[in-house]
Amino acid sequence: MAEQSIAGAAGRVTAAEGDRSARARIVILLLSLALALSMFLSLTSGASDASAVRVIRDWLTGAVPADAALAARDQLIVYDVRMPRVLLGVLIGAALAVSGAVMQGLFRNPLADPGLIGVSAGSSLGAVAIIVLGTTWLAPATLALGTLALPLAAFFGGLSVTLLLYAIATRQGRTSVATMLLAGLAIGALAMALTGILIFMADDRQLRDLTFWQLGSLAGATWPKIGTVGPVIVLALAAMPFLSRGLNALALGEATAGHLGIPVQRLKYTAIVGVSAAVGASVAVGGGIGFIGIIVPHLLRLAIGPDNRYLLPASALLGASLLLLGDAVARTIVAPAELPIGIVTAVAGAPFFLWILLRKRGIVDL
Amino acid sequence: MRVVFSFRPALAPLLGALLAFAVLPAKADDGKLVFSDTSRIASIGGSITEIVYALGEEGHLVARDSTSNFPRAALELPDVGYMRALSPEGVLSVNPTGILALHGSGPKEAVDVLKKSSVPFIEVPEHYSREGILEKIRAVGKALGVDAKAETLAAEMDAKLKSVEKRTASIKERKRILFVLSTQGGKILAAGSNTAGDGIIKLAGAVNAVEGFSGYKQMSDEAIVTARPDVILTMKNAGPPISEDELFANPSIASTPAGAARKVISMDGGYLLGFGPRTAEAIHDLAVSLYGNQVAD
Repeated sequence: MAEQSIAGAAGRVTAAEGDRSARARIVILLLSLALALSMFLSLTSGASDASAVRVIRDWLTGAVPADAALAARDQLIVYDVRMPRVLLGVLIGAALAVSGAVMQGLFRNPLADPGLIGVSAGSSLGAVAIIVLGTTWLAPATLALGTLALPLAAFFGGLSVTLLLYAIATRQGRTSVATMLLAGLAIGALAMALTGILIFMADDRQLRDLTFWQLGSLAGATWPKIGTVGPVIVLALAAMPFLSRGLNALALGEATAGHLGIPVQRLKYTAIVGVSAAVGASVAVGGGIGFIGIIVPHLLRLAIGPDNRYLLPASALLGASLLLLGDAVARTIVAPAELPIGIVTAVAGAPFFLWILLRKRGIVDL
Repeated sequence: MRVVFSFRPALAPLLGALLAFAVLPAKADDGKLVFSDTSRIASIGGSITEIVYALGEEGHLVARDSTSNFPRAALELPDVGYMRALSPEGVLSVNPTGILALHGSGPKEAVDVLKKSSVPFIEVPEHYSREGILEKIRAVGKALGVDAKAETLAAEMDAKLKSVEKRTASIKERKRILFVLSTQGGKILAAGSNTAGDGIIKLAGAVNAVEGFSGYKQMSDEAIVTARPDVILTMKNAGPPISEDELFANPSIASTPAGAARKVISMDGGYLLGFGPRTAEAIHDLAVSLYGNQVAD
């Protein structure tokens, strides 16, 4: 029963709750430190022996390195390869984890995920369209936008699905969450079918590109891409704290939340658009990175309870740290080659997801 | 506490900002064909690595990609990953003075970062034909500054390829070949036009039984029956092997002339489809398997 598992909603302050919020604050502080550490680790690890510490120290002190060519190479690796990658990892990890937490609150179902309502499928359709048709029908777009064509297409794909869902599920200014879920499944299936048609049209080379894109990777991190998706994700994340009280109230049911003075309709709208923007942008550059949106909020509910005021920021911090660490593994484990990170998150995430399911059925004891 | 944040007003400026960020990418047209320093070369693409060895220039190599598995000595070199999923830091970590990559290496972002570095990046074109092989050899030779050597090798290859082609020139009854890439789940994935499979079939004096699509596509049962292949051609040592029993268990394949005679030819993937120094031998082997003593020495 999801309603029972998300207790402790708006207002009532009990001793237990006071303990819980104190504990949550400590956990958030620890997670902030963990994120700082993960960023440092991620920036200093990689396939090459380029030392981020030395590059940054030289820049700060204005020292002139002895071997200019090597220093130039190291600068390129630190500034153009690792830094955008670390930033992108933080953005995408936070976006996926927070989106997962918001979705779970909105659907009052701890297993809800942005992938569920077809947003990810819409983003994939946009991206695949660029990969397959980028040299033929969509050539003008790819020529004008270059490497940004794919993230933009994925973002608009995700957004289109969301707006369509909204149009379908909203009647007389009220959005039915159940209708949206079902419509999302149908639209997701349709987007997948269209993606299938494109995959059928793809040639051998495009198929291989597709395969790697679908596995998910932060390897495409470049400054222009961060400039494109960064603002979208930051805006979406900035909107999320405004949702936490509303989501807490929503755990008691829509009618109750309405009586508590929560504008339920607007809450849903903000949550859905925010999640679409964040997920669309993430899928656009990262491809299929799964399980962060499910695992992170779950772990945190076990640690600090279901209060969204703490759950959302904690999810952002933990999601970012986990994705960074996963990416550091992906970049170094098979160096000088690298693994797609979608594989790393799925290998770590899928068993965990099964464990959650078993626990819910009372088979595994905590 | 009312939720006062709404996305609606923010949406339009947001999209505007997005489009504003879509700056035109710099055209990386350096047109470099020769490495200034050939002491440490990373070779990306199986046929490129083979050509470097065939030219006797392997002393320059410091890294290869995962498709470079011939000659065996190449396996000693550090592997920077699959040619279409390169990691820029991985490639730069072997401290190359030049990167020699087959057309189609990627992803684009990785190649862009590599081109931004001070390490010269030379892309070698690929066409699935005799001319294409010679062009590759000349491009690799030029990049390494051994044009004369490359010209000699190209002439030698040209003679070999032409002699193999001449052997099959007089054959009246051209065999129809179906190149099967995989039989995953009973679905036949076959090579259409513009594929290495199609190119090798033509060079061996045979006909691609598949018409009407390019690239690798799944064939319907009816299309397989209509294609009437005399021979099925498959790859070895590239992913899961295709078992003959599984192939002929497919009723549409079984109904074709190839199925009736249970005629399958299976060859090493890199050898068969590499379009490099070993291609003349590969064509010869394939032609002998197809036409027997009509083309024998």
